[in-house]
Parts: sequence; structure tokens; C-alpha cells
Amino acid sequence: MSNDNRNASGSSPMIELRHVDKWFGAFHVLKDVSLTVGRGEKVVVCGPSGSGKSTVIRCINRLEEHQKGQIFVEGIELTGDVRNIEAIRRDVGMVFQQFNLFPHLTVMENLTLAPIWVRHMPRREAEDLARHYLERVRIPEQANKYPGQLSGGQQQRVAIARSLCMRPQIMLFDEPTSALDPEMIKEVLDVMIGLAEEGMTMVCVTHEMGFAQRVADQMVFMDRGEIVETAPPAEFFAAPKSERTRLFLSQILRG
Amino acid sequence: MTDIAQPAPAGPLPQAYRWLRANLFGTPLSAALTLLVLYALIRLVPPLFDWAIVKATWTAPNEQACAAKGGACWAFITTWYRFILFGRYPYAEQWRPAAVVLLLILLLLASCDRRLWGRALAVAWVAGVIAVFVLMGGGVLGLSPVDTDLWNGLPLALILAVGGLALSFPLALALALGRRSQLRGIRAFSVAYIEFFRGLPFITVLFMAAHMVPLFLPPGMTTALLWRIEVAFVLFLAAYLAEAVRGGLQAIPRGQYEAASSLGLGYWRQMRLIILPQALRIAIPPLVGTFIGAFKDTALVSFVGLFDLLQDVAVGTNDPGWRSSYVEGYAFVAAIYFVFCYAMSRYSRSLEARR
Amino acid sequence: MTVPSARRRGSAWLNDERTRAFLFQALIFGAVIAVLTYLGHDATVNLRQQGISFGFGFLEHEAGFEISPALIPYTPAGSYTYAMLVGLLNTLMVAAIGVVFATAIGLLVGLLRLSGNWLIGRLALGYVELMRNTPLVLQLFVWWNVLRISAPGPRAAWQVIPGVFVSNRGVALPVPAYDPGFRWVLMALVAGILAAMGLAYWARRRQERTGQPFPTAGVALALIVLPPAAVFVALGAPFHLDMPKLGAFNFRGGVTVTPEFAALVVGLVVYTAAFIGEIVRGGIQAVSRGQSEAALALGLKRRHVLRLVVLPQAVRTMIPPLTNEYLNLAKNSTLAVAIGFADYFSVTNTILNQTGHAIEAMTLVAAVYLSLSLSLSLLMNLYNRHVALVER
Repeated sequence: MSNDNRNASGSSPMIELRHVDKWFGAFHVLKDVSLTVGRGEKVVVCGPSGSGKSTVIRCINRLEEHQKGQIFVEGIELTGDVRNIEAIRRDVGMVFQQFNLFPHLTVMENLTLAPIWVRHMPRREAEDLARHYLERVRIPEQANKYPGQLSGGQQQRVAIARSLCMRPQIMLFDEPTSALDPEMIKEVLDVMIGLAEEGMTMVCVTHEMGFAQRVADQMVFMDRGEIVETAPPAEFFAAPKSERTRLFLSQILRG
Repeated sequence: MTDIAQPAPAGPLPQAYRWLRANLFGTPLSAALTLLVLYALIRLVPPLFDWAIVKATWTAPNEQACAAKGGACWAFITTWYRFILFGRYPYAEQWRPAAVVLLLILLLLASCDRRLWGRALAVAWVAGVIAVFVLMGGGVLGLSPVDTDLWNGLPLALILAVGGLALSFPLALALALGRRSQLRGIRAFSVAYIEFFRGLPFITVLFMAAHMVPLFLPPGMTTALLWRIEVAFVLFLAAYLAEAVRGGLQAIPRGQYEAASSLGLGYWRQMRLIILPQALRIAIPPLVGTFIGAFKDTALVSFVGLFDLLQDVAVGTNDPGWRSSYVEGYAFVAAIYFVFCYAMSRYSRSLEARR
Repeated sequence: MTVPSARRRGSAWLNDERTRAFLFQALIFGAVIAVLTYLGHDATVNLRQQGISFGFGFLEHEAGFEISPALIPYTPAGSYTYAMLVGLLNTLMVAAIGVVFATAIGLLVGLLRLSGNWLIGRLALGYVELMRNTPLVLQLFVWWNVLRISAPGPRAAWQVIPGVFVSNRGVALPVPAYDPGFRWVLMALVAGILAAMGLAYWARRRQERTGQPFPTAGVALALIVLPPAAVFVALGAPFHLDMPKLGAFNFRGGVTVTPEFAALVVGLVVYTAAFIGEIVRGGIQAVSRGQSEAALALGLKRRHVLRLVVLPQAVRTMIPPLTNEYLNLAKNSTLAVAIGFADYFSVTNTILNQTGHAIEAMTLVAAVYLSLSLSLSLLMNLYNRHVALVER
């Protein structure tokens, strides 16, 4: 089950994609995608819409299936084997653009659901854990409210706390601020920056370039299903190698 | 969960095989069910096909002649179809109800398309209704008069349903607006009306119309049964259409009302120019659904003495030569209803999808 | 620019919003009263001309007609009121049986529509479209004629499943006969159910305390099924069905329901199940995909995703249209008049034809069906408010 994937620095990468291809029917959505993410590394994936960036991270926790190539998460290969998938999902947290909080449960119940049913935690312990992370995202007083009673920014922070309650090793973010009103983006980004500073391994799909410049170790630019360019942010923003990257940056970084 | 058919997953094997694998044999349970269903189909379909097509008789003087081959007696339909469709309408004049059927279908199809809404459509409706009366009733333009009792079968169903829809629409609009009104008296009245007719089964409303309308008319005045039943359709449909329109009104954001008010438009102008055009567009699916329901409900008018499609079949099977051909008769009528209702619902769904 | 001079007192009152509202309503109200008075006057004159008096006294007269089936003892010597009561009980019986079976079958149809199997999905779709696009009364006629005319005589009755005989005299069903030993089996069943409930409670508390899950479903099922089964076997199977047996002309024993009753129930169930199936399918599909994705991303197993996240939300969406369908079933039961089954409407209709008291009879019909609708709506509104998703 575990492959020897040691890289040059001697530690095995947290996420590894090797020549991954995916089709939606006849549409070739991922073309020969290869990517490595080490422990504690923050990778920001950007690109125009339809470039496949969301699909890439959704493949990492098997919300989408890849047809060719291999994906390894913490050394475990992602195949159809249900046990592998469940093991990976326990350790990988995901935050969605549409928050996807469970509207029929309170905030507290949203947070304790997975720890109770997946990690078999006693309720008391799960609630303490939930309260700890609610403090982390700075909304401890909302514990007994329902998602419908919270603002967008608050909901997304609850969603982050919900993923953190599973104590993941990796956090995936799929455009977490794209559905938020501008004044609420900062509160969510602040939480994400805090996570990054604590050493969490993160893969973010986002348009927030300010955040990317501050936090990312690697920038990945995708266009039409392929990875066009990978570089540290300094290099990426100052001297992009590909023409397509330059075009994209000029559109994103207006004004 | 899963959609009905999954796209064939990519891979090296041919497309058809992959599709079969995913959609018919995806899981062991699925495979077992597929085999079970295929077995059932093999047992049931050939005998049915045999009865309905192979051994069927298409023309015969009576059903005893059909019995010789042992299959379906479609001869009943080929012999009686004009009576089933048009009832006791004079044989030579049956081009007139046929024209009416076509006219009403065209009006309906045109009204479904929002792009055609406007003054021209309203005029078309008025002209269409007049044309229906002239064609069916006659007495003018050299057409021989035909009493409303003889308006039977398919034209009757369409006249009742379409006429009911057209005539009840203004009332439905008034009720929908009334139910949302700030004026408590109007609101109470609208709610009472709508809940009254929605709580009653339609056949009871028909019976009420048949028995009670004559009592409430001025002494000595009689009206044809057809108009009494049409009144029942109008009053009943108005309640359901009102709810459909109200749904549309509720779906419009408050900002629209506020913008219209702040532009200085009065209540009626607001409604006419801004709110109702949007509300009616949103309300098309439930409106079409209500109409389809009304069309199916026309099958009930035989219980109050009108001759609809089912009653015409009953008359046909009363004939000594065709006593047990009710199966074929019902199949024919079912096919007519199915074609109309299914076409109507598909058309409205396609319009929805186009938006 | 000159300021327009203030209007005079008089027309200010007329232009005030509230006055206008009041006048408008008074006008409408007055018109309605005028119309009603006019209609009432016509009715009085017409009734007098026809020699029919107005009043509910006729309800005490002897009915003079037979009603079958009758859930309470009834003879033609009973009053009209009593006859209507018998009819009402029949309506309620048909509605109750109809709702139970239609829901069960509808649930199945809805799940089949969502099936990953193309063949099953298409067949279910075909069934739903056939039911939705043909009139119910036509379907009832088909069932009725099959049961009344196409069915063979009792001697050659179809045996659909062992013990159930379909002939043109009706459907003969077996009924459980009284057997002293069965009492113990029932007691074991009740004990099993109580034990299962206790187990569920204990297992839930244990999970909250320690986090350990417990296979409650399986064990509870065993508790409910095994003890009664054991007692059953131990006592030598103390259970007898009163099976219908072919007598001289018809079946004896068991219970025979008339073709009309069978046709009405089967027709209503098959028709309504199609609509309920669509409601179930719609409810489950309405739960956004993001919900199950988020739950799966947290590591929850599929069955937990269904039970804890999808179904609670789906059921909430389904309740209002479901109650509406139940109401439709109750209203559609009036089509009993088309096939000659003695439900409340049929009986009242017969009374109307016999006595000519149209207005009174129709008022009674309206009163009963309106009470049914309104009480069901009220119940549904209360339940809805109780489970509604809490929002800002």
C-alpha cells in the first residue's frame, strides 16, 4: 500500500499526481497533470475558468475519478478501493465555494457529526474539539445557531472549522471566497493565513492573488486542462515564463 | 444520487459495451434486476404483440367476425371512430368540429410561447372563441345550426377545458391579486373562494352545477347543460389558476414592487406593466399542469349527462354487435388523452428549458 | 416657483388611502351581497314552483336502499343520516387503505426512478407518464371491467397468490382466524418491540459517552423477529387463516370484497403511487449535490451520508406535496360514483335523486369534503412549521 516516494530532500510528498488524465464523457478535462506537494507546503492553483483547476483538487479526495495516471496521498494510492478512499478522506479536509453546511443541523452539530460517526469520538470530546476550533475561527458564540442564521463569511469559517475538527493533515480549498461579499473575504482569508502559518499543508484554488503572494510556496497556473507553469510566487508574478501566464496575470491583476 | 443514465466512462473498450456495463449491469443487484425485467418482458411482450397486431382484425361488420382470429378487435375503432371523436354531431358537418379542434390546439400552442404574448394574442383569443361558436353552433354564414347537446367527444373536451381556461383567467388574476391584497375584506373573500374550490372534489362541483344552477336562475329561464358545466369549469379552474399565479407573484423579489412604486406607477399600472408579465412567465409550468388536469377532468362530464369520449365509447359498446369491445374503445380514448397531455407537458417543459 | 395651494378639506378625505380602501371594499362587498340576494330570491321562487321545501328534516326519513359494504350494521330501514354515515365510513376506509399502499408503492417507484439501472429507470418513467397523462376515471373503468367482466366465474377464479382468488364476484381474501395460542406470539412481539426500543436508547447513550457505534438496526430487528418466531414454532404454529373455499356458487370463508371496492382501491393506489413516486424522486434530487459531497469529503460512509444528511433534508421538502397528494386521493375517492361503490358522495347522490333536496344534499357534501381538506391542511401546516429549516 505504501510506495517509496521519497524525493530529493528525503521526506515523502504529501500529495503526488503522476500523469493524470481525466475525461468528462468526450471532453478531455485534465491532460497529463503531474504535481507534487510536500509536507507543510502551500500550493495555489490559478487559471481561467474551465481550466480544470477545481477538477484537480476534487480528484485528490476522490470526489471526481481520474481515468489515467496515479494519485498518491500520504503514500496511499487512490484507486477504486473503498478503504483507501475512506482513509484518505479522513485525513484530507475540503472547503467548498458554496460552503455546503448542513442546514438542518446547528453549527455545533455540523462540527461534531464527522468526529462522532467517523472517528468514533464520544460526544463530550467532540463538542470540546468543536468549541476549540470555533474559537480558532473566531465565532464561538454561534455554536447553537443554524447555518441559515449566519452571514456568508461566518458560514465559510464554520465550514473551515468543520473540516479542521477531523484534524486533517491536508486542507483543500476550492475557491473559498468566490461566493462571498467583498467585506467578508478578509475574515476568511485571515483564518486561512493563520492555518498556513501553523504549517498546514494546503492546496488552494483561488483568485485572491494578494493571499497567494503572502502565503504560497508554489504557484501553479493551469489552462485548458494542463499545467502551464509552476514557480515560487516571486518568480511567478515578476517574471512569468509562458505567454498564457502573462495574459492571465494581466487580466487578474488590473488596477 | 445518480442520474438515470451515466455517460459511458472513458476507457479502451467500445462505447456500447461500456454503456451497457455502467447502466444495466453496474452492480450485482442491478444486473439481477436487468435479467429479471428482461425475462418478464420476454414472457409478456410477444403475447401482447400477438393479440394487438398479429391476430387483430382491422375491419369487420361486428365483433363476432373478429373472434375468428382471436386478437384485438380494432374494427370497433375503424367502424366507430367518427362517433367516438365527434359523437352525435351531424355526420356531414363533422368538418366543423374537426376545424374547431385544430383551432383550439393552435391557440394553446401559441399562448405557451411567451414571445407571442401581447395585444395580438388577446385579439386572436377573442376571435378564436367567436370562431368556435360560429363553427360549432352554426346558424350564421350559411352553416346549419347544431344544438349544444350534439357538441360531443373531443371538441367538447377541448371547448370545456380551453374555454374554462380562457374565461376563468381574469377571475383567477383577480383572486390571486386579492389574496395578496392589503385590504382585509378582499383578502378574506379571495382566500375563502380559493380554499372552497380547492377543497372540493371536481365531480361534486359538476353535480352541483348540474343540479343547482337551474335553481339559481331567474324562474322560467333555462340554459343548455353545456353552459352550466362550463360555469363549473370556470369557477373551479379559477381557484387553481389563482394559486399558480400567486406562486408567480410571490417569486418576484420585493425590489420590483418597490422600484415600480418609486417610479410613481399606481397599483394597477404596476401590475399590468411590471409585475404580471414576470409573474405569469414564472407561473407557466403550474398553469400548464392545471390545464392538463382540467383536460383530463373533462372525462367526468359524462356523469352529468354530456357526451364526452368515454360516453361515446359506452354508446358504441351498447350496440349489440360490439358488446365486449370496450377494451379497444378504452385503449383508443386513452391514446387520445395520452397524446394530448404528454405533448402539452413536453412542450411546456421544452419552453422552460429554453429560457 | 409658486407652491401649489393646499387642497380643501373635503377632497383630502376622499383621496386618503384608507378611505379609498374602505370605499373599494364596501363596493365589492355590496355587489357580492346584491348578487347573493338575487340568487337566493330566484332559488326560493324556483323551489316553491317545484313544490320542494327547504330544510334538513328529510334526513330522518327511511333510506330504502341497500349499501354494501357496510362497516357498521345497516338495513334499508335506517335513516338517510345513518346511510350517509355508512357512506362516510366507506370513504374513510378507502382513503386510509389507499394512502398506506400508495405511499409504500410510491416510495418504491421513486427509488426505482433514481436507480442507476437504465432499464428499470425507463420502465418506472413509462409507468409514471402513463398514469399522469390518462384520466383516473378511465383507469378505474379499466380495472372495474377487468374485475367484473373479464374475470372468470368463481369456479375458474384466478389465484393471484395462494389464498387470494379473483373472480367476477369479487376478490376473496384470507383472514386470520382466532387461535388461543397466538396470544403468546403477540406478547412476544410486543416484548421484542419494547426491548428493541430500549436497545436503541441504550446504544445511542453509549455512543454519546464512548463514541463506539453499535449495530442497532440489525440487533433490533433480531429482537423483534426472533422471539415471536421462536414462540410460534414452540407452540406448534398456532395460526390459521380462514381461507376462501369454493362453495356451491361462491367462496365461503375469508372475506370477499366487491369488484367495485377492489377496482376503486387498486385504481386509486396505482394512480396516486405514480405521483408520490415523483415527489420522492424530486425530494431526494432537490438535496444539492454539494451536501453529499461535503459529507463524503468529511469521511462519512455512504449509508451515513444518506441517513444523517440527505434524507432529513429530502423528507422536509417532500411533506407538503405529499400531504397534497393524500388530499387528492381522498377527493378522487368520489369517483366511486362512476363505478357504483357506495362512498359518501354516492350515497348522498342517491339521496338527492330520491328526495330532490339538491341544495341541502350538496351542502352536506361540501361540508364533509371541506372539513377533510381543511383539517389535513392545518395538520400539515403545523408539522411544517415544526420542522422548518431555521433561517434569518
